[in-house]
Amino acid sequence: MVPAPNSEVIKVRDLIVDFEAHRVLNGVNVDLYRGEILGFVGASGAGKSTLARTIIGLLPKRAGRIEVLGVDIDRASHEQKRAIDRRWGVLFQQGALFSSLTVGKNIEFPIREYLRLSDRLITEMAVAKLEMVGLSPDVYREYPSELSGGMIKRAALARALALDPEILFLDEPTSGLDPISAGEFDQLILTLQQTLGISVLMVTHDLDSLHRVCDRIAVLGDGKIILAGTMDKMLESKHPWLMSYFHGDRAHADWHVRVKG
Amino acid sequence: MTAGTLISGQRGDGLALAATGSWTAEHARTLEPMVDAVTRQKASVRSVAIDVARIDRIDSYGAWLLERALRTWSSQGCETRIVGLSEDYRGLFEKIRAGTHKLTPEPRRPNPIVATFESVGKTMTLVGEDLALLVQMLGALIVAFLRVLVRPYTFRFTSMVNHLERVGWNAVPIILMITLLIGAILAQQGIFHFRTFGADIYVVDMVGVLVLREIGVVIVCIMVAGRSGSAYTAELGSMKMREEIDALRTMGFDPVEVLILPRILALVIAVPILTFLGSMAALYGGGLVSWLYGGISPTIFMNRLHDAVSVQSFEVGMIKAPFMAVIIGLVACVEGLQVKGSAESLGTKTTDSVVKSIFLVIVLDGAFAVFFASIGI
Repeated sequence: MVPAPNSEVIKVRDLIVDFEAHRVLNGVNVDLYRGEILGFVGASGAGKSTLARTIIGLLPKRAGRIEVLGVDIDRASHEQKRAIDRRWGVLFQQGALFSSLTVGKNIEFPIREYLRLSDRLITEMAVAKLEMVGLSPDVYREYPSELSGGMIKRAALARALALDPEILFLDEPTSGLDPISAGEFDQLILTLQQTLGISVLMVTHDLDSLHRVCDRIAVLGDGKIILAGTMDKMLESKHPWLMSYFHGDRAHADWHVRVKG
Repeated sequence: MTAGTLISGQRGDGLALAATGSWTAEHARTLEPMVDAVTRQKASVRSVAIDVARIDRIDSYGAWLLERALRTWSSQGCETRIVGLSEDYRGLFEKIRAGTHKLTPEPRRPNPIVATFESVGKTMTLVGEDLALLVQMLGALIVAFLRVLVRPYTFRFTSMVNHLERVGWNAVPIILMITLLIGAILAQQGIFHFRTFGADIYVVDMVGVLVLREIGVVIVCIMVAGRSGSAYTAELGSMKMREEIDALRTMGFDPVEVLILPRILALVIAVPILTFLGSMAALYGGGLVSWLYGGISPTIFMNRLHDAVSVQSFEVGMIKAPFMAVIIGLVACVEGLQVKGSAESLGTKTTDSVVKSIFLVIVLDGAFAVFFASIGI
């Protein structure tokens, strides 16, 4: 079955989220299309993580509609919600690997919970996921506290991929990594997305990763999506925040050349 | 969506398999035994070709199951190939084929008997190191104290008053309540058992001596270790985690003088006061129960108490309090400074702090008992 191109896997309409008296998101409309990588950017505190966490269901919303894989989350039964949980993977900022389990058991955890497979196949799949994210099978027996920051992110990505999800949420995947590791991680996300055909939603601050990885970018500001579109569209925009973000000191000169030239 | 199937056909001395349907994680449970069965049955063939053109959907689970079957055949000297692979799934198959999927054999576990001895040995050295750290901290504390005596204006008085409020004043209600209950329970048990041989009145002696000499100070110290010692460890530990203590050092301050001395002095002031209040509350609780449950009127209780206990019993209890305070404070601060970067270590160190300080409080109480016995008090 070939998925219809440009069908939405996530559809967010008029989303409003409050933190006590403070309105963080005020009418957000955003779509994630099948097979694309969408990057959320915005100033610190603009609500990027809030938006991602609300979609995953970790934060309550005040109003609005969220559809995931064609299912309205508010109207979904418990079984439907569980089925959706199985079809997405989340990579948290600090990895969120269970510290009491080895890396291997961490990856096996969702497999064991959701699919009743033979121990042999579970272990083989866990090792396969480790190898997919570029880690050696030896890491299987190590504890998260024994790994470096970059390895933790990779191991956490392996766990997020454990059930071969259709949607992948990445919360600042390259934060805390050195530029070389960050570049490798970007490349990893890109290859995995292409080989496994996943739709990816990533929150990021890393201009390099936006540039290299994302098909589309959604910019959050004042509780709304200011602009959504390709990198070229971002660079052309005259919005003051976008101007300072994409044309600031930290933006690379070669991007401008690409647009102007 | 229906689970995948593997249709087999013979072609010469080779095997031609056709995979259809859905080869995804949710069907892996039924796919695995099916693939295994085909692999086992058709063990003796010269070549195997799997046609994957009619697969609806496949993910890494399905791809691995097929690859695993192919690897089994390959290992038996069979030629294997995959035909009809669509462009969409080529990357997936390549990724799966690149992996070994094998776990390196587990490193051999040491002999359990040796491992037990090893862990006992390690624990003993740890105990030794702990003691050394405690002595080291005591030394640093005395040096800081002497320095403050020479230059009193450098002492952080405000900080000490703040800690005094937290570990002293704020602890009063809970200490009063607990010791009142302990006194009451002691008296009740005493009356209940002493009554059988008509010695009810000796309950007053028992409660008086026990509370003033031992129970009052020990209960208060256990409460303080659990309440304030743990708080000290957690505070210093989180400061250590956030590099605040390193920041102090780089600015040329001594963390012992700035952070630890005011805390321990606050304990040294607070614990004797709490011990006094706690002992009084315990006597009050004992008196209350003696009156209501044992029928010993307050006047008789007071008279009897006057005869039974001397000021010496009270002094014996009180003199222990500041030493206990120092031990609790030292353990709490040593553990706090030993916290490493992770949140788990903060948790374990806080637990260690409480366990060790309660243990040492009781050990110290025992040492005092031996001491007082030998000087005949």
